[in-house]
Amino acid sequence: MANIIAGFLVTAGIFFLIVGAIGLVRLPDFYTRLHAAGLCDTLGLLLTLAGLMVYQGLNLTSLKILIIAMFILLANPTATHTLFRAAYRAGLKPRGEG
Amino acid sequence: MRQRYGSLILDTTIRLLVPFYLIYGVYALVHGHYSPGGGFQAGVVLGASIIMVNMVQGDSVTWGVSKQTAVLVASIGTFIYAGIGIAAMIWGGNYLDYGVLPFRGIEPEVRALGTLGIETGVTLGVAGTFIVIFNLLIGREE
Repeated sequence: MANIIAGFLVTAGIFFLIVGAIGLVRLPDFYTRLHAAGLCDTLGLLLTLAGLMVYQGLNLTSLKILIIAMFILLANPTATHTLFRAAYRAGLKPRGEG
Repeated sequence: MRQRYGSLILDTTIRLLVPFYLIYGVYALVHGHYSPGGGFQAGVVLGASIIMVNMVQGDSVTWGVSKQTAVLVASIGTFIYAGIGIAAMIWGGNYLDYGVLPFRGIEPEVRALGTLGIETGVTLGVAGTFIVIFNLLIGREE
């Protein structure tokens, strides 16, 4: 049962990662590309790590994976925000605004 | 960075995360015998956390790590490394031969202790060198 849940979670995570990769290639602009990469990568990595935790059971390794997941949950959106902010302050206009 | 760069989001996240970075640096140092890690990685983590605070919050918050202090820390790290090596030569072994150091305990324990001393020196040296490189890259003169 735990293996089935783990496989489902990892598959969902990989689905979101693939969606993020497709968005990174297909979208037209820096900001929209960063939007796709930031959001989908965070959710995909969190789901993948949750699947690994379910697969691993309740021990020290799953605790370490939980710490990694908390770190990604905090750091990945912040890094995306920082990239957005740096590009905007450097004067990069969004597509369609000149 | 002379003026602060961070927004409110970046500032809050840094405040939450930097203590864990420092603890993880020390963990990577003292646990390097058993798991991935070691002196170089611990030094990179410690130096990068100080650089990150400096980049986000500006020059007013550098935790007292000025250019001279960074050079001093790097030199102390190198001195610890070379000093342990030469101490092993003084007690009659080869350079960096920790087994002959006059500590209590069986020889593997003494060797582990010597390795920990070496790794501490590497950590200080790498952390100081990274801060020096960062200061040179942003062109800070004092």
